[in-house]
Amino acid sequence: MKSKTCVSLLLIFGFSAGVFAQKSAVQSIEEYRAMLQDGNPSDLFEAKGEDLWKQKRGPKKVSLEQCDLGKGPGVVKGVFTELPRFFADTNRVQDLESRLLTCMETLQGLSAADIAKTPFGKGEQNNLTALATWISAESKGMKFNLSQAHPQERTFFEVGKRLFFQRGGPHDFSCATCHGQDEKRIRLQDLPNLTKNPGDGVGFAAWPAYRVSNGQMWGMQQRLNDCYRQQRFPYPGFGSDATIALAVYLGVNSQGSASVAPAIKR
Amino acid sequence: MADPMRIRAQAAGDKATVRVLMSHEMESGQRKDATGNIVPAWFIQEVTATLNGKVVLTGEWGPAVSKNPFLQFTIKGAKAGDKVGVTWKDNKGDSRTDEATVS
Repeated sequence: MKSKTCVSLLLIFGFSAGVFAQKSAVQSIEEYRAMLQDGNPSDLFEAKGEDLWKQKRGPKKVSLEQCDLGKGPGVVKGVFTELPRFFADTNRVQDLESRLLTCMETLQGLSAADIAKTPFGKGEQNNLTALATWISAESKGMKFNLSQAHPQERTFFEVGKRLFFQRGGPHDFSCATCHGQDEKRIRLQDLPNLTKNPGDGVGFAAWPAYRVSNGQMWGMQQRLNDCYRQQRFPYPGFGSDATIALAVYLGVNSQGSASVAPAIKR
Repeated sequence: MADPMRIRAQAAGDKATVRVLMSHEMESGQRKDATGNIVPAWFIQEVTATLNGKVVLTGEWGPAVSKNPFLQFTIKGAKAGDKVGVTWKDNKGDSRTDEATVS
């Protein structure tokens, strides 16, 4: 009888020691991220993007230096945290990547439709991502402040919000199914609640990002299109109104949060 | 031609910490493409670092090193203004050299 008690006591001690020694999953991931932070390969894409911005390219042999991203021709600093916004010349709401596409067509003579059709990670799409990476880096640490002054901007917000909650696909789920509650995760991946402001450097404020697991640089357009793929939907398309509307919804929700883009992801 | 490296070198006390980001595909030669053919191996084999032209580090790398690799090391006796050079050579014979000044 006496020896039996001893054994069970040992077991209890054994278990509790195990619990204390184990780091929580979140802590381990944080450690891993901190280790990666020092050598974020998005630096390489930034350098490439900056070079592309100044390079004379396309049939017209012109650089993008006269591109108007919302703060006047050639202004790069601070534009990222105010996009997507309404542009009078194209008469539509555009995010960074679709706006760059417009500039590549009007200034350089490249075909925007052809680039939009190019699969992610191929040809000109890579250049577009590098450009977006550099431009986002120029606004690193700045706070999101999207305009909602133009009626179209308000329409896009409303449409984005509805798309966010629209359930569909073979699994019948929406963006909100995974991103509508606090403190949820899929396996080890934390899921930010994107129906409200997720805070500095989370969600909308963390893309473009370098993904360590596949060694790819992703812009927001690829991120959003891939969300639809995960929902078992076809891609809405690069620079489509649907993805831009979602970006407006997420961007407006992130009002006042600081951008950490280009970020590094698992 | 290969894309440039990013080299940062910072002196602290009697040594300098060097951080290098290299732009390279680093194909292991184990992967298959969509049609089932093996993607040929393509990786950095030799890495050399110099301080003011004098070799301070050499390394033999293999296919297990990640894509866009990051390398960090310290050089004893390096001070601000010194030149740190890094060279890599891959198994296809391509190479790249970049230089940075210790700050």
